[in-house]
Amino acid sequence: MLELRSVSRRVEGEIFVDDVTLSLNRGSINILLGPTLAGKTSLMRLMAGLDKPDKGEILFDGESIVGVPVQKRNVAMVYQQFINYPNMTVFENIASPLRVAKLGSDEINKRVAQASDLLQLSPFLNRNPSELSGGQQQRVALARAIVKRAELVLLDEPLANLDYKLREELRSELPSLFAELGAVLVYATTEPGEALVLGGCTTCLHQGSVQQFGPTLDVFKNPVLLQSAKIFSDPPLNVAIFESREGICKIASEERALSFLRDKLPDGSYSLGVRPHHLSLAQTGSDDLVFEGGVSVTELSGSESFIHFDFQGQPWVALIHGIKNFKEADRVEFYVRSKNVFVFNSDGLAVEIEP
Amino acid sequence: MASIELKNIAHQYPSEDKSGPYALSSLNELWQDGGAYALLGPSGCGKTTLLNIISGLLQPSEGRVLFDGVDVTDLSPEKRNIAQVFQFPVVYDTLTVAENLAFPLKNRGMAKDKITERVAEILSMLGLSDRANEKAHSLTADDKQKISLGRGLVRTDVKAILFDEPLTVIDPHLKWQLRTELKKIHQQFRHTMIYVTHDQTEALTFADKVIVMYGGSVLQIGTPEELFETPAHTFVGQFIGSPGMNILKASVDGTVAIVDGIQLELPGNYRKIDDQVELGIRPEYISLSQTGGIQAETVSIDDVGKHIIVRCRLERQIVSVIVPEGTSIPDKPRLVFAQDKINIYQNAVLVRPAD
Repeated sequence: MLELRSVSRRVEGEIFVDDVTLSLNRGSINILLGPTLAGKTSLMRLMAGLDKPDKGEILFDGESIVGVPVQKRNVAMVYQQFINYPNMTVFENIASPLRVAKLGSDEINKRVAQASDLLQLSPFLNRNPSELSGGQQQRVALARAIVKRAELVLLDEPLANLDYKLREELRSELPSLFAELGAVLVYATTEPGEALVLGGCTTCLHQGSVQQFGPTLDVFKNPVLLQSAKIFSDPPLNVAIFESREGICKIASEERALSFLRDKLPDGSYSLGVRPHHLSLAQTGSDDLVFEGGVSVTELSGSESFIHFDFQGQPWVALIHGIKNFKEADRVEFYVRSKNVFVFNSDGLAVEIEP
Repeated sequence: MASIELKNIAHQYPSEDKSGPYALSSLNELWQDGGAYALLGPSGCGKTTLLNIISGLLQPSEGRVLFDGVDVTDLSPEKRNIAQVFQFPVVYDTLTVAENLAFPLKNRGMAKDKITERVAEILSMLGLSDRANEKAHSLTADDKQKISLGRGLVRTDVKAILFDEPLTVIDPHLKWQLRTELKKIHQQFRHTMIYVTHDQTEALTFADKVIVMYGGSVLQIGTPEELFETPAHTFVGQFIGSPGMNILKASVDGTVAIVDGIQLELPGNYRKIDDQVELGIRPEYISLSQTGGIQAETVSIDDVGKHIIVRCRLERQIVSVIVPEGTSIPDKPRLVFAQDKINIYQNAVLVRPAD
């Protein structure tokens, strides 16, 4: 188990990692989710021992690893860019950490054969990396992490430079691949969809600090903060600010949408969050909320329509099944089940709504 | 703006082997003036080669390129009067944001007040108005790419705007914003736009017509809906959609197909088809039923948030099924295939019913 306790790191006065406490277990994938500059790579560098924290403790299986150089630790990292030795064969590329560790050739042959089988690289062992496709090159880098039998495997957006379909394939293989090895596996991504397909546990990061940590699906379905709901939404979360006064909730002058919140919130300012796939064109329940807006643009994906519209001055988007081609400025009503809306207070904390 | 015509275009990269593979093989296309086209396919499919032939960065080894009927094959990119946006930002770090945008206009000798007016329009479109006078080097990678996009869009007198994976390095949330901006701009100004990407969502939502390429050939040109509903080739079916279309070995005789010993009614009469026959159906068009349908066995369940992907075994073959969030999935579900959504393929190519 890898534990971070109140870990912080600043560079030239700027906060890179802000008081992070996390426990990452073996056998399942641990995802770091957040936009560029959220602190994913900075955290991974601390975990790897490439950087030292200014504050806090990092423990691996209960022992502090702060100050232990990366060479002395059994860590493997795979980056977004494919990094292989261009003048070595695929076999030698995969075997390289084992040569450094001075393992016998029988053991090296055995481990490379296992890893290349697993990653479907066996037919290419005598080629040079440049003769492989991007997906295959990245699999060579992954194979190198596997043969090393690293206890900590850090994958920093490893699929970002790959084709969409290849990504799909590798994504479905990755968690089980490393889970079987019993390593602590950490995976950084900017894409919510990728986190959902990978499963495991997810940490939402924003400006170097942890917003929420837990089983991936639970973090997605039950965001405790407005910020984690935003980070974990693609298309982006629809947000509207509203006021509660004497039991009545209004978005600007619009009262109808929020009638279900009547007498449920103390006076104050709140944010409403709605995921795009929860908006629909037809009423599905008697307690549905209604949001009306003018369409700005419709995107069609062949099976789904992304309808972008203006709700009370905010850009909102609805993901609707089927092809619905609205024109610019069409007025459209969207319905949402009340159980599917999130309410956050002015500090951005989720507010439980009694049904 | 202009129409773009490709006449017998083929390309072979120079190599010692004259009988070597073609990166592109015999393309004949006519793309309409004012259309938004996307070139979609995995890496190595020839999409960037084709874009470079249109822009003039590459001379095709065979064939001619015509803009509005005028042969431009021998013209350099500068002489073709096009705008280009690349995957990585191309900006002048020492110039301000506004100066970067004004650059292509100054080059064309546009009047100063006209330049100021046009630059202001583009700035507001990209949400960069308040940063107009900042030097470009102080901007984030995302903002720099916005400037690149802006430079591609700033001239209104170009024949076409070519985009090569312009949003690949952009964070997911900004991607939505920029993509919808592009869509709005296209609807407003009707530039001829050609957009290369490996990302199906980007291609389908951006384009009026998507050109799916594989191995140097065009497999299908169609609207997003056509590519989704009736893929011309099994590759298109599997490449588009997430997961892609289920392609099942089958035998077909008249209005009936047999898959794993199970009889399925077809939407039309196909007579008798020989050779390699496959039945294609999208995971979106298979549903779970309490009573009727095909008995299957659940192999895996992946809750990816907005819906659940279930993989089921028929007798031998596996099918993916997409069901709504919150659906409970039995160990032995009954599957119903939407009859009118079934496609039949012979040697990987779509077959239409006889009548």
